[in-house]
Amino acid sequence: MTTVTKYFNCNILKDGKILTEDLWVEDGQIADPEIIFYDKKKNPDIEIDCLGSLITPGFLDLQINGAFGIDFTHHSGEGLEIVKKELLQYGVTGFCPTIVSTTASNYHKILPKFKRCHGSEHGAAILGAHVEGPFISSQKPGAHNTSNLKTLRNFNLTDTYGSLENIGIVTLAPELEGSTDIIKLLSDNGIVVSLGHTSSDMETSIQAIKSGATFITHLFNAMLPFHHREPGLIGLITYLPYDEKPIYFGIIADGGHTHPTALQIAHKVNPKGLVLVTDALSALGLPDGIHYLGDKPIEVKNSKAYIANTNTLCGSVTSLDECMRYFIKSTNCSVAEAIETITLHPAQVLGIQNSKGTLNYGADADFVFLGSKLNVQSTWINGQCVFQHNSEPGYVVKT
Amino acid sequence: MRLIIKDKADDVSKWAAKYVVKRIKDFNPGPDKYFVLGLPTGGTPLGMYKYLIEYYKAGDISFKYVKTFNMDEYVGLPRNHVESYHYYMLTNFFAHVNIDPKNVHILDGNAVDLQAECAHYEMLIREAGGVHLFVGGIGPDGHIAFNEPGSSLVSRTRVKTLTQDTLEANARFFGNDIDQVPKQALTVGVGTVMDAETVMILITGWHKALALHKAIEKGVNHMWTISAFQQHPKTLILCDELATMELKVKTVKYFKALDSVHGMLIEDDSHS
Repeated sequence: MTTVTKYFNCNILKDGKILTEDLWVEDGQIADPEIIFYDKKKNPDIEIDCLGSLITPGFLDLQINGAFGIDFTHHSGEGLEIVKKELLQYGVTGFCPTIVSTTASNYHKILPKFKRCHGSEHGAAILGAHVEGPFISSQKPGAHNTSNLKTLRNFNLTDTYGSLENIGIVTLAPELEGSTDIIKLLSDNGIVVSLGHTSSDMETSIQAIKSGATFITHLFNAMLPFHHREPGLIGLITYLPYDEKPIYFGIIADGGHTHPTALQIAHKVNPKGLVLVTDALSALGLPDGIHYLGDKPIEVKNSKAYIANTNTLCGSVTSLDECMRYFIKSTNCSVAEAIETITLHPAQVLGIQNSKGTLNYGADADFVFLGSKLNVQSTWINGQCVFQHNSEPGYVVKT
Repeated sequence: MRLIIKDKADDVSKWAAKYVVKRIKDFNPGPDKYFVLGLPTGGTPLGMYKYLIEYYKAGDISFKYVKTFNMDEYVGLPRNHVESYHYYMLTNFFAHVNIDPKNVHILDGNAVDLQAECAHYEMLIREAGGVHLFVGGIGPDGHIAFNEPGSSLVSRTRVKTLTQDTLEANARFFGNDIDQVPKQALTVGVGTVMDAETVMILITGWHKALALHKAIEKGVNHMWTISAFQQHPKTLILCDELATMELKVKTVKYFKALDSVHGMLIEDDSHS
């Protein structure tokens, strides 16, 4: 016997618009009320009064290094369960745990632990690991340990990573010799290739896109700055490839990594390709102090993370919902546009937009209730409430 | 026949909703005794549905033991098309109240055998014991349901080809492309509605003033199918001031003088 739940008195984000419409869920999926009513001839078993909340698809984070004291790389994949669970409070229902450049033995230890899995009351879904490196430019290492960086000439993928099975995204620098074949190989295997930590010029970047790369890692950061005669990788956000597949680009909207004007530029040039990522560190959710990114100590001061004893930013401690609110403040974009940068667009990057990132019929019933300040009131996976704000869950079950 | 004249369209909606509530409550329906309600679609009854939902949410009325029969549906339009009457009824009414989907009846415009579908619909109405209250609206040409001008006044549920007027009027709902407008509909007949115990017709707006005049001040005429209800023993026509513009002053005055009598029709006597 299936259970039908009707969420009413709500606004929902659907097809890029905020609509005053009920949401129906049957067995963990968004359901078409038309079929339930006229074909199955069923009334809802449960009715939930949403008290005027905005319901959006669950948030998806394609780049997150850790949180709550766990660094995925430094702790060799231990503690994933803690992060999965704790991310629910930020409305995150799926993410790509990200591994910064590390040793082959560490990849072999971590990656088998990062199997894709569905979300549940135990935490957000794992959508595939994001391996950021080690095939990146030694000129643009950011906070990566340069001694771990590798070239494609001397090392192959499986020796480095082990099985590719659990990998969802690979960030690499396209100027590395041999990258074309590797990009083809990865994209043919359904792995998203993201360009980043690179000194690549625009032409090389275009070639990489033609070979199958579809994503750009934290736009503006760890790449050549925009130049009007050599736009570099950044120039790609204007570029529509021949197959009309849009280019997506991750961007960190934490108030530190990217100036509001840069956010505006990216948004105005290519709003449909924009994906907000947190690039969050183990210190997300923790107070100021010393924490770890990979094997590097980092210092969090005033909610910004630096490589210890330097002024080099090295990832953020800002949650995805906070990034979304900051993005609206910075770009003055609509709420619907901002929400799509953390729902629909990341789902499209991973090619899972039929089940995640939308509230279309048949999609997984993963969603977030937002209050009037776009604050997360409650988080739902498969139609079950998996997190709720103590005093303001944003709903009441009708009895 | 009663003509009930309210100031504004919203007053018409509210009065209509209150009347429906009153009739259902007075009937006191139960598991062995269903109230049978005929329902229209279109712009005019939207407000009535809005108030019915409001009264349901306030706990004033339950639709648990109500059976409904809708007047009509387009032929060949997908059921989930935003202009289909299935879609209209679900989004504007059924999804928001406690009606059991098993008790909802709407003609299937995608049935393989349309004539059999119509005959079956008539049978379902008979099996339900007939309609207690049929609510309807009209077009500017005086058509009730899809009983276009010229329809037989004793017609039953059947396939009806729509007039050019109707197609053109509906084009705006189909991206202004008249080729997208369904050319046929299934509709209850004038005779089907005439069989109902009570008929309540909602008429609002200036553009329906001529139809109202033809409905009540001229003779029974199949070119204005609404006029058939002059011969129905218990018909209420509910209109706003704008719709009275083509009526004689004495007609309007006579019916407005009866306002207090009409008020008694929706009086909530459950507290007295």
